[in-house]
Amino acid sequence: MKRNLIIAVAIMLLAASGAWAQAKGKISGGVVKIGVLDDMSGLYSDIGGQGDVVAAQMAVDEFGGKVLGAPIQVVSADHQNKPDVGATKAREWYDGGVNVIVGMVNSGVTLAVTKVANEKHRLVIDSGAGSTRLTNEDCNPYTVHYEYDTYSTGTTTAKPMVAAGGKTWFFITADYAFGKSLQADTSRFVEKEGGKVLGSVLAPLNASDFSSFLLQAQASGAKVIGLANAGGDTINSVKAASEFGITKKQKLAALLIFITDVHSLGLNAAQGLYAATGFYWDHDNDSRKWSKEFAAKMNGKMPTMVQAGTYSSTLHYLKAIQAAGTDDPDAVMKQLKSMTLNDATVKGGKIRPDGRMVHEFYLYQVKTPSESKGPWDLYKLVATVPPDQAFQPLSESRCPMITKK
Amino acid sequence: MTEIFGVPVAALFGQLVLGLVNGCFYAMLSLGLAIIFGMLNIINFSHGALYMMGAVFTWFALTTWNISWWWCLLLVPLAVGIFGIGVERLLLRRLYKVDPLYGLLLTFGLALVIEGLFRYKYGVSGLPYGIPEVFQGALNLGFMFLPKYRAIVVAATLVVCFSTWFIIERTQLGAYLRAGTENPPLVQSFGINVPAMITLTYAIGVGLAGLAGVLAAPTLQVSPLMGSNLIIVVFAVVVIGGMGSILGSIVTGLGLGLIEGLTKVFYSQASNTVVFVIMALVLLVRPAGLFGREK
Repeated sequence: MKRNLIIAVAIMLLAASGAWAQAKGKISGGVVKIGVLDDMSGLYSDIGGQGDVVAAQMAVDEFGGKVLGAPIQVVSADHQNKPDVGATKAREWYDGGVNVIVGMVNSGVTLAVTKVANEKHRLVIDSGAGSTRLTNEDCNPYTVHYEYDTYSTGTTTAKPMVAAGGKTWFFITADYAFGKSLQADTSRFVEKEGGKVLGSVLAPLNASDFSSFLLQAQASGAKVIGLANAGGDTINSVKAASEFGITKKQKLAALLIFITDVHSLGLNAAQGLYAATGFYWDHDNDSRKWSKEFAAKMNGKMPTMVQAGTYSSTLHYLKAIQAAGTDDPDAVMKQLKSMTLNDATVKGGKIRPDGRMVHEFYLYQVKTPSESKGPWDLYKLVATVPPDQAFQPLSESRCPMITKK
Repeated sequence: MTEIFGVPVAALFGQLVLGLVNGCFYAMLSLGLAIIFGMLNIINFSHGALYMMGAVFTWFALTTWNISWWWCLLLVPLAVGIFGIGVERLLLRRLYKVDPLYGLLLTFGLALVIEGLFRYKYGVSGLPYGIPEVFQGALNLGFMFLPKYRAIVVAATLVVCFSTWFIIERTQLGAYLRAGTENPPLVQSFGINVPAMITLTYAIGVGLAGLAGVLAAPTLQVSPLMGSNLIIVVFAVVVIGGMGSILGSIVTGLGLGLIEGLTKVFYSQASNTVVFVIMALVLLVRPAGLFGREK
């Protein structure tokens, strides 16, 4: 009996080490580690946060938990919206065998992490941070910017407003990398379309009262007030604008607004706003099915485009390893850039040489309370924007990898 | 139109009024802090969390039990006050004999726990709460349209602040309170229940935070993080006004709201740091604060 047991254990060990040896040749360290680095408890934690971890795990489960015979593991950490914390964690993770960092949110942190990735020759696929600097001035061969950026949401939102006669703009801008990038990208577009920017005011991040900035915007007489901010700042701006009756004469353009923001504002305050997004849960059958699965794991909360992007980027990262037959970062990146990305959340996506992932983008409008049939039934589709119009064209690129060619 | 430094006077007035509205929140929160510090010698770091609690309770009462904003004005401060009584009886009471730093650490930890629980339950994006129907619309002040609701906030704050100051400085009960903190054994020997009075003071102090939360719910984002965004500024207000000074906290709260409003017009990037610059300057000249007494 005892001898049998020993033999059985020996056989199992042999079998396991066989599998190990088989995977080892292709997968460094015998395991593929996906690191979700995110704001887990701060102001962006509803946009990414724990939802990003769930989304990444959903991609791993869909893949069967193994790639090229090696197990896939999801690890996560809180970057606390601090660039130094994020960079230190990334360094520790890459040295400890993490293959790719996904999720992110917060442009400041992401810019710091992509520098580490470049130095360590490891991959980062960001679907949370918005700044277009990631694929322009600060681009590198190891960074993919997934899902959206400030150019795509800014211009997609601005387009119908400029077309409808909103030619003069005033910006209320969050005073850091992301807000400035959002304002710059949108201004360039407005001016190109023959519009004019009358002025702007820089609001400190997390300023709880926005009425004073809105009054300045009102005094400017601009037809459109562009909100170059995100999360709680956008919510407080929209709330104050409706309270002060500013929306009666001037139009409000929330240049980046997430479904969680609209849900939190309520339809009374948010109705009529345009929302540009790369993903909305109620888009088609695939997105509905995936989102309901996600919501079941997240206390009923529907996914944001960031969380959808984290799912999609994780899934395609794994597919790229499978297709490349190795987890070597350069080989996987080459594979990623040659693939067409298709899943429940993305249709016909491509990753360009500058690291920008481009795909179909959507312009939605927030429903009125009477149009909405449920707590998350918030948007109606206005327009579908093809990838080449939604994202900054390569010809305008400020990325050294592109301009030096 | 007349202009001051390139800004039309009318616009400047508008900004001052808005500054006053924000100053009201500062005043009401710092008033609660001043009472608690003055009477209990506790630096109540959980004040911001209790303010947030007040706002979330207001939302909860409306969505779950359909209790209107009017009733919340009364019920929510009461609920937060009762919570405060629990905290004082069970936790704070044990710390009166030790250094005030322990009270600070305890209340800071408490704030993190409360915020963490609410964040776990509701996330950070916030909860929708509209303006009560009676107050929708705006008043024409000539130089600006002031939403009726904001005017009500100013009026309510002035009433509450003045009554609190009056009770503590001008009534019998206030005299007992002040005497009780000065020399507890003596006052107790006159047959006055000092521990109960201290509990009550703490409850009133945090009740004011709850009330500020009710007032904030319709205009600001109701979110578990709303307290921590505000509390640091409020502490600066208390320090500038002079720790424990009731009149000081009211006047400083309103005054700093005005200054912050002006900063938003002339150099908006500095609007969240101007309070701290003033704090540093005041501490250099008057270490006990503008209205504080050197001990």
